[in-house]
Amino acid sequence: MSGRVFLLGDGVSTDAIMPGRYNVTTDPDALRRACLIEARPDFTETVQPGDVIVAGRNFGCGSSREHAPLSIKRNQVAAVIAASFNRIFYRNAVNIGLPVIRCAEAHRVLHDGDDVTVDALTGVITTPTLTLQGEPPSGVALRIIEAGSLIELIRHGGWAALEEPRHVS
Amino acid sequence: MGTITEELFSRRLGHAVHAGDTVIAEVDVAMAHDVTGPLAIEAFRSLDMPLWDASRIVFNFDHVMPANTVAAAELHRIIREFCVEHTITNLFAEGICHQVMVDRRLARPGGIVVGADSHSTTYGGLGCFATGLGSTDIGVVFATGKTWFRIPETVRIEVRGALPPGVYAKDLALHVIAQMGADGADYCAVEWGGEAVAAMSVDERLTLCNLSTDFGAKTALVEPDAVTFAHSGDDPFELPPVRPRYLRTLVVDAERLRPQVAVHPSIDNVHDIDDVSGIPLDEVFIGSCTNGRLSDLAIAASILSGRTVHPRTRTIVAPASRGVYLDALSAGYIEIFARAGALVVNPGCGPCLGRQHGVVGPGERVLSTSNRNYPGRMGSPDAQIFLASPAVAAASALAGAISDPATLEPVS
Ligand code: SF4
Repeated sequence: MSGRVFLLGDGVSTDAIMPGRYNVTTDPDALRRACLIEARPDFTETVQPGDVIVAGRNFGCGSSREHAPLSIKRNQVAAVIAASFNRIFYRNAVNIGLPVIRCAEAHRVLHDGDDVTVDALTGVITTPTLTLQGEPPSGVALRIIEAGSLIELIRHGGWAALEEPRHVS
Repeated sequence: MGTITEELFSRRLGHAVHAGDTVIAEVDVAMAHDVTGPLAIEAFRSLDMPLWDASRIVFNFDHVMPANTVAAAELHRIIREFCVEHTITNLFAEGICHQVMVDRRLARPGGIVVGADSHSTTYGGLGCFATGLGSTDIGVVFATGKTWFRIPETVRIEVRGALPPGVYAKDLALHVIAQMGADGADYCAVEWGGEAVAAMSVDERLTLCNLSTDFGAKTALVEPDAVTFAHSGDDPFELPPVRPRYLRTLVVDAERLRPQVAVHPSIDNVHDIDDVSGIPLDEVFIGSCTNGRLSDLAIAASILSGRTVHPRTRTIVAPASRGVYLDALSAGYIEIFARAGALVVNPGCGPCLGRQHGVVGPGERVLSTSNRNYPGRMGSPDAQIFLASPAVAAASALAGAISDPATLEPVS
């Protein structure tokens, strides 16, 4: 999937992605419109399906509010690429099928507005001039991504589908 | 032999587990609140499965209670109807979810608890494995009673010596966050131990485990001991004598700590009080799941007693729960706050997340006893948020500016 880069910094919190005053709803369109409303006010006006968010460290830190990744997904963002993610945000994104890729250097070498193509399953990030290898979800997270979402995984096979051979001590 | 996390899971699952293992485990209790609950209910409904166990599902109205908008009332309506439909009786509107979980003994030593709120790590202060999840994960627990865990590596915080007078668990946690960085314990369990932690009350241990989320921890734990069991009323148990492998150990010398202030815009931007005292304040907030417990209110009351808050500084106190409120009432603290000119609001999250009871405007400065100072957290993204202990908050409310309680003049 191809699109343009929206470049953000380090420590983008869930309060920046979806401020507490805007997440008093489960309405998908209200969530879509509130995405990054104060941190990047032009975001929802200009984002196109297939665009990509690229950020630095600790993306999605803070609250467990799933409204944050949902609002990004509702804007049809193809993937969030960050140097690192907060744990709950990452898990929420995987659960709802929003592709997340860890990549230490993407936010340093890509620029706002760059054309980019992302392969969410392999983690390969390509621009007209360079290719980066990001780290896509693995382990249980990969199984959820392959199923499409956690809900789909539970519907088809449930937890039994995930039982792995136990660690031998 | 392992970390507290490894021992708790091994005990529960009946076989040895180690950091790095992925396990699927049944939880004791799953909690959601008025903001995360409706999405969890949507996730549960989309599964089209029966409910796991009504007695082990807990909802709290706290983030926006009582409702201040029609939209908030709608969230409450969705949850109320769900609870009626599934005969869920654990629906509370008596304070912050994390304090209610402790007050009502829903989080217990040795347990496994998940909550649709990032500060669910708080109950680790009672020696239980507790972690925050999102709404979809919690919705799946509503149906299956289970979730998956990657057993985390552990960061051990070993606190030597005793905290000096006027220095509290909040200061210790902020100091550690400054050392570790805001993502320093990412994906890890944090174990708090050593002399200073052993000497702490459960209230203070809950504060440490609450703030562990804010440097990335997946869970935080204090090993259960006599203090824990005296508080919880559970039958004591002992974890096997351990020789755990830690990812990292941070040794802190408690004796050298000064009151700490986390300065806008991030929690790891921590300074000694002396570096920031004198900065004028428009608002002071005493409360939250970090520092809204009885011992916190006792400290604030001891400072505010017989004094009056500065006229430029609106001062808001929100007891963490109804239990805390009632105890504070009997102890006379509520009257002290009211006479000092503070606004005492109902138990709940209060202004912590910028939705009610003291939303801050552009350019304003607020000092809060809560856990987050991200831009926009308490209202305008152009407001500045400082985080500190209840003692610093109370002294600062009196001075109208960030102030070290040690510099207070005696009441005349
Ligand atoms: S008091 Fe603040 S941090 Fe704690 S649960 Fe409420 S909103 Fe979250």
